[in-house]
This record gives sequence, structure tokens and C-alpha cells, in this order.
Amino acid sequence: MAFDYDKYLRPGKLPHIWCPGCGHGIAMKGLIRAIDACGLEKNNTAIVSGIGCASRLPGYVDFNTLHTAHGRAAAFATGVKMAKPEMNVIVVGGDGDGTAIGGNHFIHACRRNIDMTYVIFNNSIYGMTGGQFSPCTPTGAKASTTVYGNPDPTFDISKLAIGAGATFVARTTAFHATQIDKLIAEGIKHKGMAVIEVLDDCPTTYGRRNKFRSVVDMMKRLKDIAVPVAAASKMTAEQLEGKVLTGVLYKEEKPEYTQQYAKVIAKAQGA
Amino acid sequence: MAKKVALLQGNEACAQGALYAGCKFFGGYPITPSTEVAEVLSVELPKVGGKFIQMEDEIGAMASVIGASLTGSKVLTATSGPGVSLKQELIGYACIAEVPCVIINVMRGGPSTGMPTGPGQSDVQQAKWGTHGDHAAIALVPASCQEIFSETVRAFNLAEKYRMPVQVLFDEIVGHSRERIEFPEPGELEVIDRQTPTVAPEQYKPYDTSFGDVPPLAAFGSGYRFHVTGLNKAQDGFPTTKASLVDDEQRRQLRKVDAAQAEIEKNEEYLTDDAEVVIFAYGSTSRSARYAVNELRKEGIKAGLFRPITLWPFPEKRVAELAKKAKAIVVPEMNLGQMVLEVERVAKGDCKIGFLGRVDGEPINPGQIIAKVKEVK
Repeated sequence: MAFDYDKYLRPGKLPHIWCPGCGHGIAMKGLIRAIDACGLEKNNTAIVSGIGCASRLPGYVDFNTLHTAHGRAAAFATGVKMAKPEMNVIVVGGDGDGTAIGGNHFIHACRRNIDMTYVIFNNSIYGMTGGQFSPCTPTGAKASTTVYGNPDPTFDISKLAIGAGATFVARTTAFHATQIDKLIAEGIKHKGMAVIEVLDDCPTTYGRRNKFRSVVDMMKRLKDIAVPVAAASKMTAEQLEGKVLTGVLYKEEKPEYTQQYAKVIAKAQGA
Repeated sequence: MAKKVALLQGNEACAQGALYAGCKFFGGYPITPSTEVAEVLSVELPKVGGKFIQMEDEIGAMASVIGASLTGSKVLTATSGPGVSLKQELIGYACIAEVPCVIINVMRGGPSTGMPTGPGQSDVQQAKWGTHGDHAAIALVPASCQEIFSETVRAFNLAEKYRMPVQVLFDEIVGHSRERIEFPEPGELEVIDRQTPTVAPEQYKPYDTSFGDVPPLAAFGSGYRFHVTGLNKAQDGFPTTKASLVDDEQRRQLRKVDAAQAEIEKNEEYLTDDAEVVIFAYGSTSRSARYAVNELRKEGIKAGLFRPITLWPFPEKRVAELAKKAKAIVVPEMNLGQMVLEVERVAKGDCKIGFLGRVDGEPINPGQIIAKVKEVK
């Protein structure tokens, strides 16, 4: 039987704002399937976002939804989770939102290991404002503000999350649609900060400027660059040149922040 | 039974007032001269099952309190000028999304880092105009430790009642002064909780004006699923660019405070009935002004004091009346001319206006005020 997405979508809120060929819809469907697989209750789940194309997602889905300011999603979500630890908190947003203007909030949410699932839609561009380069735009690529080629080095979001202290970090792509929900579900079940990076594409503002002739070409690229972690261990550095690892990149059990704070409360109350 | 008394610093009194009001969440970032508010609450909040979090920066602190407020908690953050500058982005968010929260600003000089350990009153216009866009503002300016306690309680009440951010501004002098305070008994001061919905969840709209200009606010996780955004939105909470809906919502958000001004306004007057010169002063400056009034009266000069405790919305009506009655209004403040602009605007030339500004990190003393009154009258 086909999966019933309507159960989780708000009636009358579609069509979404995303362009034809954008990967965000694929990622949203993956998120919905993951939420369903984990059996999260709508009333007990908050979905928080910042600003940008991906950050419009909360408006479409039927949960407690919070569309915040640019880059601030992780900090708002921290307030929600701290005040009501029994809620499931999921953050969604793009690469610019999460790692540029929101970089500080992102790394500190990772450091605290607070129990939330951060799904970051990395299309390596600021799409909503018309295609300016982000911290994830490849060096040399064209953006509306790097017409001579991007001089900036790039962030590896997953490495950043691991370095900052997130205890579950996974990566996949919009091509690997069925892996998206599996990884997000694993992240939701993980007690602590889970970061799932979904590489996708912006045909409108990135593809056209960078000689991708079609969405299919962009999808093919995602397919080609992805190497599962297990396969990568048998490959040489040369073979891994230009590739990205997919799957669960890091997993560790560590004390979770709201549980740690519960101990503070117990101590303050003389327990 | 005798009341519980204590010798408290203004910042400590603020934290105690927050607890009295039922504050259950504090998100903050260290900054002089407000840090004691955070320190006290880091100790006291977990004792009552509340939460304290020190965030990565001022913006994150403001974000955390808005997020926590949406779960139904009463929330507080405390900072000083540079921190308030950073928080402006999300103060605007709390305005448009109508999320109750209290922001303490223990004022120092500025701009920028300024003089972190010196007092200032130069954030008073920022409290009204600091964040971009049209929005209502409520700001309170207590002048003593006892009043910091009670005005912090009132700030929570106003935030919850009108569903908006409320700022409490006190200068570093009041924040760091130690004074005897009497703790009110539980129930002695009014404590107001936000209105929550009574309709069924499927009928709930977070900005439903059929309940008046301050619609009930459901808590996340309470069974009422709704959407919150910083975009202009319709009554159902979802973004809209429809001109009439945007206009309705923008005007309602100003109207909810305008219409309630009589209830929000709070002033203290001292010997203004027959005053020929009225001193308009707030915060620690008002204490020098009161001393100056007594000295001037001894010399036969009919001086009086008008002390706003609610600074925003500005007490337009009463200041206009005083301007008609008095020969002059003198405005001493620890800035280079901020509230005096409001006094001038409202007085409309009905009396002379004298201004006394000080920004060297020292308090305005009674002698300066006396000299200014004599010069102006």
C-alpha cells in the first residue's frame, strides 16, 4: 500500500514554494516517513526551522511548528526542548542558515548533545535570495556573488557536527531517497544531538550557473559522488577523491543535556 | 507576622521578583552589569523545577526564551546595552509572533562596549525603537530595589496579559545598589498568567481576534497544533502577503497596547500640584531629582517631580497636562537627550523645556538639577 503522506500534511498548505527539480521535497517526504516509522505523536512533536527555502517546511506539516529567524532554529529548539524535554524536537534548515548565520547555535547545540534531530538540507547555495554562495558552495563554483568562481573553501557539515560534539551524524543525498528516512529515523531514536545531512540540489540558482544541463544531470552527480562508509574503507585515497561518504558517519552514547539538567534539578532540590 | 526582609542588590531583587511572578525559564549570556540576575536564577530556578541555560550568545539566549515561552513557561532574559543590541532581531520576532517574555536591561553607557561598569540611561529610546518595523513596546523603569522586585512582577504580568515582550530598564546604579527590601507575601502582588484557548484544538487559531485584540495562546505540546512564524501572518498563523490581512494584523498589534495605556501606565508625582517647575526624571536620576525638589522648595521655588515608572507607552496625556500648568519642565537623564524629545513632542511648546544630560559614567547629582531648574525658570 502506498504511504499516506496526507496524514502528516496540513490541508490546503500545498503547493510548496520549492522549484521543480528541487531536492527539498524528496527530503521532506523522507522526514515524514521517518516520523511515521518512529511513531512520533503529532501533539508531542515540534518542528523548528530558520529562514530559507528548506525552512519553509514546517508550514506544510501538521505538528507544533516554529518558523524562526535566519540561523536561529537550533537556539529556539534548545529553548523548547529544555522547557519541555518530553517533546520530540526536530530542526530542519539549509546549509547557509545552519552553518553561516546559524553556525554558532549549530555547534553549541552539538556540543551540549541536547536531544534533537537536525536535518540539514545542503544544496550548497542560498536559493531563496537568488543563488549567492554559501559556506558549502564548492570552491571555484559560480554563484550570483562569485561570477569569477568561488574563492572560499567549504565546510564539511558532517565533520563540523562531529567535531562540535554531536553524537549521531549521518549523511545521504536526495538521490538515495530510501536512505533518507532510515537515517533520520535512526537519528530520532538516538538520545542526543543527531545531525543528518541530506545533500540535494538547487537547479534554479546553482545548476544553471554551473553547467548542469538538467535536473537529471544533478541527480546523477549525487549518485556518483556518494560512497557508503563500508565501501569507502576498501577504497584508496585516490579513488575517494571528489567523493562523499554516506551512511552513519559517527555514533556515540554520551550523557544527554536535558538528562544532565535533570540531575542539576535533583541536586538543587537536595535529592 | 513580620514580613521577610533582606538587604538585596537591585539585580538580586530582580531575580527574586521573577521567581515571585512564576518565572520557570531563564536563558542568558554573561554581561556586566546584569550578570547577578543570571547567577541568582541559576541557583534558584532548579529548586522550583525551573530551567536555567547559559546560551552561546545573546541572540541564542533570546531565541531560547521565546522557544521556552511557546511551551507555556514564563520566561526571562537579562542583559545590558550591547546584549540588547544583539537581541533586537528576536525582540522583533517576539513582537510579531506575540510571544510573552521579559527582558531585563541593566543600562550602562554606550554606544558599543562603552563603559561596562558605569551607569547610563541611553537605551531608553532603543527600548521603543530598537527593532525594525512597526511594533508596540512596553518598558518599565524602576528606581529602587523594592521597586525592581515589584516592577519585575508587573513586567511578567504585562507580558503574559498582552502577549508580547516587556522590557525592564534600570541603570547600573539601581542594579548594583543594596537596599532593604520587604518580600511581599504570596498573593499580595497580583500574578497574571496568559490566556489559553477554550475552543477545541481544531477550531484554534493563534491570532483569532474574535477573542479580542489579545488572542489566547496555546502551549506547544498541549494538543493544540499551530504554526508560528516571523512573517506577516493571517489569524490562523500562516504567512500571508494579502494587503488587508497584513494591515489588520499590524494595526491590531499596536492597538492592543494603545487601547490599554491607562492600565499599563504608572507614574509617581511628588509636589506637582502647585509646581511651577516640574522635573521629569526616571530611574536613579529621579532620586537625585526628589532631593533637588526638597532643596528647591526650601528656597521657595515651587518645584515638583514627575517620575514615569512605565516609560513606554509614554505618559503623553499627563505630561501634556503638566506642560499646560507649569512654567517649565526640566529633564535630567544619563544620556544626551532621549526622553526629553518625547517631553518636547507632547508639550507642544506649552512651557519651557530644560535638558540636563550626563554621559561620563557618573550619576546626575541634585546640585546639577537645582542649577538647571534655576537657569530654566
